[in-house]
Amino acid sequence: MAEKGIREFDAKRMIAKGLANFTKSDLKLETKQVLVSPDTDLDGLVGEYSWLENEKLVAKPDQLFGKRGKNNLLFVNKDWKEVKSWIKKHMNKEVTITQTTGETTGILTHFLVEKFFPHKEEYYLAITTDREGDTIHFSLKGGVDIEEVWDSVSTLKIPILSTIDDLDVAGFLPSELGDKAEEMAEFITALYKMAVDYHFTYLEFNPITFVDGAIIPLDTVAKLDDYASYQCAEKWDGAAFPSSFGLKGTKEEQYVSELDERTGASLKLTVLNPEGRVWTLVAGGGASVIFADTVTDLGYAKELANYGEYSGNPTRELTYAYTKTILKLMTEKKDPEGRSKFLIIGGGIANFTDVAKTFTGIIDAIEEYSEALKKTDVKIFVRRGGPNYKEGLANMRKMGKKLGLPVEVYGPETHMTKIVSIALQGKEV
Amino acid sequence: MKEYELFDKNTKSFIYGSQSTAAQRMLDFDYLSQREEPSVVGFITPEGGGYFKLFWGTKEIRLPRFRSVKEATEAHPEADVMVNFASERSSADSTMEALEADTIRTVIMIAEGVPQRDTRKIAAYAKKHGKWVIGPATVGGIKPGCFKIGNAAGTIQNISDTKLYRPGSVGFVSVSGGLSNEGYNIVSLNTDGVYEGYAVGGDVYPATTLLDHLLRYEKNPKIKMMVSLGELGGRDEYEIVEAIKEGKLTKPLVMWVTGTCSKMLPGGVQFGHAGAKSDSEDTTAEAKNKALKDAGVVVPESFDDYGEKIKETFEKLKAEGKIEEVEEPTVPNIPMDYKQAVAEGIVRKPTNFISTICDETGEVHNYCGVPIDQVIKEGYGIGGVLGLLWFKKNMPQYARDFLELVIQIVADHGPAVSGAHNTIVTARAGKTLIESIVSGILTIGPRFGGAVNGAAKHFSWGKENNMAPREFITAMKAKNIRIQGIGHRIHSVDDPDVRVEIMVEFAREHFPKTPLLDYALDVQKVTTMKKNTLILNVDGCIGVLCVDLLKNLDYPDAEIKEMIEMGFFNALFIIGRTMGFMGHYFDQKRLKAGLYRHPWDDILYDVPNKPEKVE
Repeated sequence: MAEKGIREFDAKRMIAKGLANFTKSDLKLETKQVLVSPDTDLDGLVGEYSWLENEKLVAKPDQLFGKRGKNNLLFVNKDWKEVKSWIKKHMNKEVTITQTTGETTGILTHFLVEKFFPHKEEYYLAITTDREGDTIHFSLKGGVDIEEVWDSVSTLKIPILSTIDDLDVAGFLPSELGDKAEEMAEFITALYKMAVDYHFTYLEFNPITFVDGAIIPLDTVAKLDDYASYQCAEKWDGAAFPSSFGLKGTKEEQYVSELDERTGASLKLTVLNPEGRVWTLVAGGGASVIFADTVTDLGYAKELANYGEYSGNPTRELTYAYTKTILKLMTEKKDPEGRSKFLIIGGGIANFTDVAKTFTGIIDAIEEYSEALKKTDVKIFVRRGGPNYKEGLANMRKMGKKLGLPVEVYGPETHMTKIVSIALQGKEV
Repeated sequence: MKEYELFDKNTKSFIYGSQSTAAQRMLDFDYLSQREEPSVVGFITPEGGGYFKLFWGTKEIRLPRFRSVKEATEAHPEADVMVNFASERSSADSTMEALEADTIRTVIMIAEGVPQRDTRKIAAYAKKHGKWVIGPATVGGIKPGCFKIGNAAGTIQNISDTKLYRPGSVGFVSVSGGLSNEGYNIVSLNTDGVYEGYAVGGDVYPATTLLDHLLRYEKNPKIKMMVSLGELGGRDEYEIVEAIKEGKLTKPLVMWVTGTCSKMLPGGVQFGHAGAKSDSEDTTAEAKNKALKDAGVVVPESFDDYGEKIKETFEKLKAEGKIEEVEEPTVPNIPMDYKQAVAEGIVRKPTNFISTICDETGEVHNYCGVPIDQVIKEGYGIGGVLGLLWFKKNMPQYARDFLELVIQIVADHGPAVSGAHNTIVTARAGKTLIESIVSGILTIGPRFGGAVNGAAKHFSWGKENNMAPREFITAMKAKNIRIQGIGHRIHSVDDPDVRVEIMVEFAREHFPKTPLLDYALDVQKVTTMKKNTLILNVDGCIGVLCVDLLKNLDYPDAEIKEMIEMGFFNALFIIGRTMGFMGHYFDQKRLKAGLYRHPWDDILYDVPNKPEKVE
């Protein structure tokens, strides 16, 4: 969805391949890099990348997290043999990393191995985007946490309706760059044009340096606007969008994300706590957040089992498959303390989604799981409005009666999230 | 219209895309709001012109489909709004095209998935030129009594329930399109109603922000209070805080930022909206709610008491005498859509058509109740399918085989017969497949191929009236009717037609009984006594065996007669022979055969010297 991080490997690969198209000078980015995944035959790599044995190397995890040096996950100036054993030692290992946003635990699966460049200068270069335009940031003091030396960063703003050619790029660079300024300006100009064309939303090199007169990015962070994938698929050249570090997609989550990709409708599922007693099956991106909020606000955060939403008028089959996935998870076992579980079938007043129609898929799945739902003592609460909601709600009530399941049904006359407190605190309307 | 207003009671718009259902909802709203004229003047559909038919109350009207923004704006310079339903791939381009047109002031981008850079450009361009863009990724919004954008605010029933046909005193704006309707409902339940309400859309950079609309509401004296619903992620709410501090927003504002659950979720969970992602402490829902509260905004404890806070704020204004009494208009009835009425079971109508052989309305098309996948899996074959579609029977295997046998036997009879000849001549005249075979098929009738039906009819008549063969022949002769299905040009008793032999053999082996065939062969015994070539021919054999087949399938005589009358048996000939006609057509085309002209020496020219003169 929109801004998505890509691997450092892919970012460098794309830039090395594409940059030349955005400059008239013979600007080139030397890249000698390889991505190692759990399936990589480490010993066989030299066949294709003979430089591995001739160069000093850098190895580091390539999984969308930074501060790798501070987390002791940077292996610098080593030979191939050392790198191999270092990777073998770390591959598939669980680590906890500390970033500015907190601690995250996850499994190491991807490593970037590249040529090591002995260097003196470490600069900072970034391209960021905001509503009004893009900003190029440059500092001579790279290689450190840039927030700590923010005063040293000079910026060049490019308003969204203008082009970089109208601006003095060399002029905004610090005078200390000296004779390197011209080449850096040339590089920045080409890089910026490429970032625009490739729909990068974020690009950061920290540090970036000169080696023998050539610009070398040492550490790269990049994000793409995946809404542009329809026009950039070729340019991106198969760049992957890995999920955030520490976010292990469960089998069910992956299944739902596959369903989501197959259709114009939207289906999302994140399992937060499979032992949780409160499961949500909510229509709409906005409403789903509010239902999760309400569960949290009422003090049941630990009991919240999932976040998810369905929207965009999914078909009966899709809604059925989505609901089944949730019902399967929530009926896997009883609450150890013998308490009831809650299924919140919520949603606002739809604009155009046919409520009765989307409910048919949900009802199909509940019918199939009615015995399991009874066994795990699930209570169902429904609140929804919109086209054909009366019929949809009536069908829900009928289903409850027919299957002997406890189903409480509310319409637009009841405040949207009221069913959460009714369910969890037994509050009357 | 003031610069802070986007729409009024006379606003006219274009719909970009073929969303006639959304347009109908707009027109129904217009009618309910007692607008004098529809708010949609036409569609922009690059894929085709023409028009869409819509209802204005009970009357049907035609709305033109223009092929381009240019064509549309030239035809209707009074329309200053475009509701853009183009897909995420073309939304940005078509929006830009509209913004560049002098007469368009407001564009609503419905599509979700428009690249950020495109939206940012559009937003900047619009601002620079004093234009407005709502979206992308939104359902739009509504200005009660004036204008409704596309599908916003749901069904006409909902609009009626939440009184969105007349303005109240509250300006509402939310991020989420899905929740906007909920918002209108909450406002309507707790105040005198919505003055106007929009969803700016769930993208990272909506073209207009919550603040853009709140600033409009601030300037509008008819709006007494504002209600907003934000979302975690992004910094737009801080713009609101700044605006309040700078005194740009002074009216009471009730606002809630959703996403307070995010602290409980693992990092990286992407909520339903692209913009709903907090990557730093100050873009969380808590931080934003707190900042708003500190700035003096009425912020509820949770979404649960959002409605109560709105009510409190409104009641306070009312107590202060700041709210004028809303005039409640009498609302006209919107006729219910026929489809809707059917769904609710409150109308019925007799049908004009009946189909008893197949049904394509279910999930899988079926032939006479047998789903097509089952037809294939169970090996019905062509014969079986004919059984289902023509005879409405799941026929036994021998019957299916017999039909296929007949089709194979009649498939072609050379290029010289009238049908094939016509097909060839037509093909050579450069006509298409369908014209060529139709010209062939048109020659099928009483003299060509029609003998199947005739034979069935004649022999059945004899048999039914218990006539002995000789008696039958005499009776036919007395009526001066040639018995159809008897006689061949070449074949004779001594040189039998192998095709007839095959069919007879098949019937003898597989048909439980063959009464009419037996009768016809008895007749043949008599006719061949007179002349060796007066044998039962192919047409005759098919005709009588078809009757026998139907008898074996337990059809009553009356029904068989009816089937003969409607040309049932000829159908077998037509379906088989059409394969041959097509063969001839392809053959001629492959040969690149030129136009056929009949040679003079094959025509007897016997024209009189002068015509007979009639006085």
